[in-house]
Amino acid sequence: MKKVLLTLGIAAVLASCGSSNKSEEKAEQATTAKSEQTAMEEKASSADKNTDVSTVIEAYLSIKDALVNDDQEKAATAGKTLAGVLGEMNMGQVAEGQKKEANEIIEVAKNHGEHIAESEIDHQREHFEALGKDMKDLIAITGTDRKLYQQYCPMYNDNKGGMWLSASEEIRNPLFGSKMLKCGKVEEVINL
Amino acid sequence: MLKKAIIAILIVGAGIQLIPVPKNQSDELPETDFFQSVEAPLAIRNMVIASCYDCHSNNTDYPWYGRVRPLAWFLQKHIDEGKEELNFSSFREYSDRMKREKIRSMISQIRDGEMPLQEYLWMHPEAELNEKEKKKLIEFLNQINKDGTD
Repeated sequence: MKKVLLTLGIAAVLASCGSSNKSEEKAEQATTAKSEQTAMEEKASSADKNTDVSTVIEAYLSIKDALVNDDQEKAATAGKTLAGVLGEMNMGQVAEGQKKEANEIIEVAKNHGEHIAESEIDHQREHFEALGKDMKDLIAITGTDRKLYQQYCPMYNDNKGGMWLSASEEIRNPLFGSKMLKCGKVEEVINL
Repeated sequence: MLKKAIIAILIVGAGIQLIPVPKNQSDELPETDFFQSVEAPLAIRNMVIASCYDCHSNNTDYPWYGRVRPLAWFLQKHIDEGKEELNFSSFREYSDRMKREKIRSMISQIRDGEMPLQEYLWMHPEAELNEKEKKKLIEFLNQINKDGTD
C-alpha cells in the first residue's frame, strides 16, 4: 500500500516537472509565435500557391541578414518562412531526372528552416551553415534569379570553416555576426 | 478529510492505469536500422544503443516505472518527439543527403552535451557519455560522413 502511494507520488511529481518545463517553453514561444504568424499571413496572401526559387532565395537571404545582425527572433521568423515556401515550391521546370535530387534537397533544407525557427542563435547558425550547401545545390538545379556570392569564413566551427551565400559582394559574416562581421572572402560567384 | 483525499487519489491513480499507452517495442533488428548500414565496433554500437535507442528507435528498454501512468504518457511523448527527429530503426530510409544531415546534427548535439537529454540521464546515469566516449563517438560519426553509408 505504502509502496503504491510512493510510486504514484513519484510519478505525479515527475509528470508535473515535465509539464511545467514545457509550459514555460510554450509561454516563451508564444510571444514570438504571434509576430511569426502575421508575417506568414502577409507572405501567404501576397505570394502564389506555387512559389519559385526567387521566394526561396529571398527567405534564405532574410535568415542570413538576421544572423548578420545577431537577431535570433528575425532569423526564426525567416526560418519558418523558408520551411513554408520550400514546401510549396514549383517543380514544373525541374527536369525529370533531377526531381528526386531536388526533392531530397528541399526535404533537408526544410528541416533546417524548421530548426532555425525554434533554436537559440548558435544552433541557428549551425543549421544556416549546413543549409548554405543545400541552397547552392538547389540553385545548381533550378537556377537563380540574381547574382549570388558564395562566401567563406575559415574561422567558423573551430577553424573548420563555414560558407554562406550573399546577394552582395561585400562581406557581412552571418556565422559570427557582430563578433567578426568582416571575416570572410568571396569563393565563387554564381551567375544567372 | 485527508483520508478521503487519499482514497480519491488512489482511485484516480488506479483508474488511469487502465488507459492504454502504446508500447514502443520490437524484437527484430530491422533491415533499415542504422547498424545494418555501417560497420561499427561493438563498443560504439553498445554506447549508441544504451544512450540513444530508448527515444530514437522502435525499441525502448522501459524502466519498471515506465508503464505507470501518468509517467508513461510523459515518456511516450518524449519517444514520439525523439523518433520524429531521428529514428535509428529506419535510418536507411533517409536519403543520403538527409543521412549526412542527421549525422552532422548528432555530432553537434553530442559535442555540445545537448544529448542525451538531462532528464533522461537522471533516470539512466549509465547512458551518460564521458569525454573520452564522446570523442570516440564523434570520430566514428565523422568518419561515416566522410565514407558514406549504404
